[in-house]
Amino acid sequence: MSKPDDDGSPEESGQMGPSLDDTGPVWIEPTASHPVVDGGPPGVYSPVRPGQRQPVIDVVDVWKTYRNGTLEVDALRGVSFTIDPGEYVAIMGPSGSGKSTLMHILGCLDIPTSGEFRLAGDDVSTMSEEELAHVRNKRIGFVFQQFNLLSSLSAWRNVELPLLYAGVERTARKRRALEALERVGLADRVDHRPGELSGGQQQRVAVARALVTDPDLILADEPTGNLDSVSARDVMDLLDELHRSGRTIVLITHDAEVAEAAGRAMRIRDGQITTPVTSGSGPA
Amino acid sequence: MNLVETFRTGLDAVLSHRLRSSLTVLGIMIGISAVILTVGLGEGAQAQVGSEISALGANLLTVTPGSTTSTSGIRGGFGTASTLTVGDAAALASKVVAPDIGAVAPATSTTASLVAGTSNWTTTVVGTDPSWLTVRGRTMTEGRFIVSHDLATRAEVVVLGATTAQELFSFRDPVGQTVDIAGQPMLVIGVLNTVGSSSSSSTVANPDDQAIVPLTTAAALLTSGADRNSVSSILIQATSSSTLSAAYQEANAELLSLHGITTATDADFTITSEAQVLAADTAVDRTLTVLLGGIAAISLLVGGIGVMNIMLVSVTERIREIGLRKALGATPRVIRRQFLVEASVLGTVGGVLGALLGIIGAEVLPHLISDPITVSPVAAIGAIAVAILIGIIFGVYPASRAAKLPPIDALRSE
Repeated sequence: MSKPDDDGSPEESGQMGPSLDDTGPVWIEPTASHPVVDGGPPGVYSPVRPGQRQPVIDVVDVWKTYRNGTLEVDALRGVSFTIDPGEYVAIMGPSGSGKSTLMHILGCLDIPTSGEFRLAGDDVSTMSEEELAHVRNKRIGFVFQQFNLLSSLSAWRNVELPLLYAGVERTARKRRALEALERVGLADRVDHRPGELSGGQQQRVAVARALVTDPDLILADEPTGNLDSVSARDVMDLLDELHRSGRTIVLITHDAEVAEAAGRAMRIRDGQITTPVTSGSGPA
Repeated sequence: MNLVETFRTGLDAVLSHRLRSSLTVLGIMIGISAVILTVGLGEGAQAQVGSEISALGANLLTVTPGSTTSTSGIRGGFGTASTLTVGDAAALASKVVAPDIGAVAPATSTTASLVAGTSNWTTTVVGTDPSWLTVRGRTMTEGRFIVSHDLATRAEVVVLGATTAQELFSFRDPVGQTVDIAGQPMLVIGVLNTVGSSSSSSTVANPDDQAIVPLTTAAALLTSGADRNSVSSILIQATSSSTLSAAYQEANAELLSLHGITTATDADFTITSEAQVLAADTAVDRTLTVLLGGIAAISLLVGGIGVMNIMLVSVTERIREIGLRKALGATPRVIRRQFLVEASVLGTVGGVLGALLGIIGAEVLPHLISDPITVSPVAAIGAIAVAILIGIIFGVYPASRAAKLPPIDALRSE
């Protein structure tokens, strides 16, 4: 399953929408897994105007129902919104509001019960487990509250994990893992194991791991939840910086202060989005 | 993710849980070494029987007086009033009558006390003629064996087995010394080579513990009262192992006619082949090997279940890791392969160490028990292969459990 493609960039995989710098028309090649959103006839290139750039996330009336015995719980009740490339969006809500469920769906860790979810144009709500794994691998970078680093592996070996599953060749993996660690300011800690790093440093390793595949979306789930305020500031600054360099970031948090860093905040309560979703800061 | 990477990841996981991995490996190791030892024990016993058969001569027939029939029980005086004579032996030795019989040795046997100086030893005293050495397939360590002249002169000479010589003379040279056998002084003229301890079913309990005297001397001095021409057995060597049954037929026909018996079932003698006796022995050994092998196989099975148990524990314990790997893009197939590799690494290491332990045991154990153990390279390699297979077979279920874990449940667990 190894691929000669050694950087796994979305552009090369032919599935990415336009990048931020594109202002002119962009050609989207229609494929079976990548239908033309604008509805142009198959095989015909459809010019997309800047204002209509394909959103990274396009959620349409998504429901998620959990069944626990005879009890059915609607965790999400008709959620719809879009997130454009380069946006920095915070999804806020108290525990039990459905924000974790939403995060799982956005992260392709789970599929909606009904509704549609397009990630960079691809409908992931009907994908198989195997396809979802590839989507997670190539298009999404996760940052978790618990860091979720493997304690037996050194920092760079943790960072190279997604590349391992992408089938990237060994030397390229190491090079890219080291680059990502340098980017998060841990060039001097590459051989340390998670146990030898502070919480803030561990979370930065996790961010490096999220960056290393050059994903369409960075999904951060309470990234500062387990950190002291100094480390938290540190990690938030890092996310800020990534946003400024053009990354699309979705931040899930219950902390209003953390959410302020994002250009746009969405509140979720009882499985529904309660704030207007049309506004947006766009790329910073 | 290619196989090398999968292997590396699996190995990392095994190494990061050293204690647990070593205990699992220990289970497999014990199973494999037990299998290797039992198989080696069986092969060793078989090899021993094989060498005994060739030592005794696979083409050896023994004629004993008396016979058993299903209707009338024991016929004739079994050993006491012997129906076999020196004349029978002479007739069988005739090339005209029995062309497939190579050599014939009549023998009498009695138990007597041997005294040499202050040493005293009770053993079997065999009276026979010079062909005994050929028929029995024995050689001399020193001195000479009985010759025809000794028989003719009823020479008071004796040839000792190695053990007998050792018991009577310890480290002194026995040749030229005198031994009192049943009160009769006899000159020691030679010592037989050792053949090693034989299975208990052989004609003589221990072929290294006996004293050989001329047949005529034995008749005159030791077996007083009995017919001087009667013998307690006649040993027959066929010309080759392929003519054994022909030799049997010839000996049977000749003895029946000599004894004036018309129906074969009325025979007053019995002809047995040493190989038959040993074959029965081998069958007993084989049964024992199968039994021990069964126990070893069970311990191997227990080892395999140990692998499965550990892998299941490992899956449960590493739910979070599995979830993370899945979130980062590991497909169920990759996860399954990783756990299979881990299980087979445990099996392989256990197999190799178990084979080593078995080989060491095969070297050490024969010193503690009397049985030889033969470990063939095929058995060792086969055992390692079985261990790998066990790792894989018992790893399949835990691996598929790991592969099926949904990533969110896995990540959520604390």
